[in-house]
Amino acid sequence: METITKNGILNIQKLRQDFPILSKKVNGNPLVYLDSGATAQKPKQVIDAVSNYYQTQNANIHRGVHQLSQEITTAYENARATVQNHLNASLSQEIIFTSGTTESINLVASSFGKKYINAGDEVLISEMEHHSNILPWQVLCEEKGAVLKVVPINENGELLIDKYKKLLCSKTKIVAVTHVSNTLGTINPVKEIIELAHEKNIPVLIDGAQAVPHLKVDVQALDADFYCFSGHKLFGPTGVGILYGKEKWLNEMPPYKVGGGTIKTVRFEKTTYADLPLKFEAGTPHIAGGIGLAAAIEYVNKIGLENIAAYEHELLEYATLKLLAIEGLRIIGTAKEKASVISFVIEEIHPFDIGTLLDKQGIAVRTGHHCTQPLMEHFGVPGTIRASLMFYNTKEEVDVLVNGIQKAIKMLK
Amino acid sequence: MKIVEIENEIVEEFKLFGDDWEGKYEHLIDFGKSLPLIDTRYKTDDRLIEGCQSRVWLHSELYDEKVVFTADSDAIITKGIVAILIRVFSGQTPEEIMQADTKFIDDIGLKEHLSPTRANGLVSMIKQMKMYAIALNSLQNS
Repeated sequence: METITKNGILNIQKLRQDFPILSKKVNGNPLVYLDSGATAQKPKQVIDAVSNYYQTQNANIHRGVHQLSQEITTAYENARATVQNHLNASLSQEIIFTSGTTESINLVASSFGKKYINAGDEVLISEMEHHSNILPWQVLCEEKGAVLKVVPINENGELLIDKYKKLLCSKTKIVAVTHVSNTLGTINPVKEIIELAHEKNIPVLIDGAQAVPHLKVDVQALDADFYCFSGHKLFGPTGVGILYGKEKWLNEMPPYKVGGGTIKTVRFEKTTYADLPLKFEAGTPHIAGGIGLAAAIEYVNKIGLENIAAYEHELLEYATLKLLAIEGLRIIGTAKEKASVISFVIEEIHPFDIGTLLDKQGIAVRTGHHCTQPLMEHFGVPGTIRASLMFYNTKEEVDVLVNGIQKAIKMLK
Repeated sequence: MKIVEIENEIVEEFKLFGDDWEGKYEHLIDFGKSLPLIDTRYKTDDRLIEGCQSRVWLHSELYDEKVVFTADSDAIITKGIVAILIRVFSGQTPEEIMQADTKFIDDIGLKEHLSPTRANGLVSMIKQMKMYAIALNSLQNS
């Protein structure tokens, strides 16, 4: 490990070599990948784990008596244990494999909603939620005649906790908020949010999609009722994600999807469902995804999330300073607590124009509303340009971005 | 001029830049600046083109049996793209527009904009222009 850290300082150049795609050229320029908020790049440790699964381990899990099936079942359940340890969940059956954050939230909205939400009840979300943490609740509320309430934010993009406290009431049946805003980078005080809700016995779901690549998450310390994230934003494969849920809730909730693997006995008159976690895992899962996700978590833990957070904080400060020096540039999202995500707009220039001209220079950023249209409305912008930085990014790449923007502005003005 | 002739003319203009993407995009931006702007009273939601990351308004009128297009966008590159299409299609008959193919976009070297997932909605723009042409054509023949 001496090679990747020295006195807690990461050897970024060495780490970058783990990511084959980072040496790619785009439009004739070295790729500068600043869109990790959309999906993170994959280290060869993950790529190898997935490839190795298909080459040497492929069989279906939980069913076969044969050797291969037993081996991959063990590997898949080990992957679950890896996730459990990573989140410090107390039980492995509290870890449900899903297809991603979106499915995890849909599962809870549908299944928890079926059991606990009735007409006149309230679901509380925030103004900075990704559409994936708005729509499932909106659909649920429409179905049940419940009311969707929204916690507002201030001009820095921070949740108004006073308003939140006032919105928590006897009608509130669940709170669903993001840990880190995908658009603004704001790190929400989720521990406090959960504590305040629990004072009124209201469970809380945390959308951790943007948090897990940057922060150490301990679901027991947070006392979260549900915690959701996607594998692909944590350097793992797409199509796999996690729902952590407290056992007491998951036991009470009805299955979300039903089918093979979710049952104890099936008779045409009555079916009894399997215990956790299988009750929520209908059909053959994304086995390679689970294996790859475990490899990704092991990879991240080798580097150390504390080291990652420290380096990314430095990178964020550097990028913020450099970007603010560009005339007419305004950062959207200036919370005190921020992950390494920077959204910005440039006076009189449409984000799409900047994004297009950056792409021609090999710089990958995201432009648009980032699936947070209510947030765009709040800030009165059609969209933003978002640079999301990861530990494999460098200050030199930030410089390339800044020069790229300046070049784009010159061309557009 | 016929559609194909105008297309060839535009392809020749862009060819001058070779592999110089900056030159190409500057030319595209210049196109955007020369866009025949839509009358503000037509800048309404029902003239917005779906599928664009930036807003694009497109209006068409029949003038002397030819279709005249005007447009606007809040993004300059998108303006450039719609301006190219307008230079090709504006002043043509509805029938000619309906029958035209738009392969010339490939030859310009802007084919990255042709992908249906691309947020500028070039495909939607062409579709909308053809829809207008179809509508105006049936109006003419009725």
